[in-house]
Amino acid sequence: MEDIAEQLHAQIPRLRRYARALTGNAVRADDLVQDCLERALSRRDQWRPDSDLRAWLFTIMHNLHINAVRRERNGPQFTELLDEDNYVAAYAVDGQLQLRDLETALLRLAEEQRTVLLLVAIEELSYAQVSVVLDIPVGTVMSRLHRARERLRGLMAGNKGQKLRVIS
Amino acid sequence: MTNEAVNDAELHAYVDGQLDTARRRAVEAYLATHPDEAERVAQYQQLNSALRKLYEPVLNEPLPTRFRNQKTRKTYRLAWVASVIVSLFAGGIIGWQMHVVTAPRSAVPMALIQQAAFAHVVYTPEVRHPVEVTAAEEAHLVAWLSKRMNTSIRAPQLQKAGFELVGGRLLPADGRMAAQFMYQNSNGVRLTLYVRRDAMNSTTAFRYIQQDKLNMFYWVDGSFGYALSGEIDKAKLSQVAMLVHEQLER
Repeated sequence: MEDIAEQLHAQIPRLRRYARALTGNAVRADDLVQDCLERALSRRDQWRPDSDLRAWLFTIMHNLHINAVRRERNGPQFTELLDEDNYVAAYAVDGQLQLRDLETALLRLAEEQRTVLLLVAIEELSYAQVSVVLDIPVGTVMSRLHRARERLRGLMAGNKGQKLRVIS
Repeated sequence: MTNEAVNDAELHAYVDGQLDTARRRAVEAYLATHPDEAERVAQYQQLNSALRKLYEPVLNEPLPTRFRNQKTRKTYRLAWVASVIVSLFAGGIIGWQMHVVTAPRSAVPMALIQQAAFAHVVYTPEVRHPVEVTAAEEAHLVAWLSKRMNTSIRAPQLQKAGFELVGGRLLPADGRMAAQFMYQNSNGVRLTLYVRRDAMNSTTAFRYIQQDKLNMFYWVDGSFGYALSGEIDKAKLSQVAMLVHEQLER
């Protein structure tokens, strides 16, 4: 049992990365990671040691995130008053600026498309794993992935030879 | 190699390195003769590497304190709760998976103890999220838990013993619901009262178990199981348990 706590701890950096990409906000991302770890501990008996711990954690995190998004839609909106992480870097060097534009574009994708793209592109999960994590058919994974990439590609193609920018 | 057979899904799988060698070659042959598609695939690839580059720095950030504590403190605490449970089963016939094999009569108190002990060690060290609903919203807390547990449930008042309500949370318990109330005294010592609904309808005396610093009183009263846990001495905890029992008697 000490084992699973150790294993969970080893996953924290990757969970934080995914949560950051998912929420676009450092504070909310870490809250999400913490909730995810707590839930994983409280449901540790549901995890089979021979299965993929990371996929199980992503499943938990995905469900927590979806619930939080739903709650937010129905409730008051919270905005971080000061989140240096999100703004300071926007004025950094060109390359960085380009990436920040990408982040903005990413956050404009439909939630369901973004989730699939992040799991595939950043976390490098197989399509089958994504299908399990999100509890959707592989065909749906593919169509969401396609739409996500086409949407972002459209933004890039419209600015060929320039920095990637989001036209609002 | 039939170029026509290459579809969108395969182009994505090619970008993501999820094709076997034969299909990868087929896609490469197709792209060699379809420059527009090759351009699209190149953009998908750039997108992948830009996304990785964007979020990679997070992997190398030092962990915030809340996660560093998680390791040292929780791991340690979970390890000794494991030893509580292992010592309970020292007879040797029952393991951690006991709920699968044992008779309901003995399983319920065991499951009660396990779950209450876990819930105690997982949530009492929390600084930011010790409870889901705080004592400031006690009326809401009680209404919510009562609704989810489908019965009237109250948070006992423990001020007489020096403990104030911090709040409570709902927990899963073998397909049913359980509630945890957390209390704290002026020294910051925390107690938890775990309440679990069960279909066994018996009544037991107070029982006591102790391991290292954690003491627990547990009992079953009708269709409810209760466990009061804390790192305070047995006499003091027993006094609190009496207080709880008086107020919850149905």
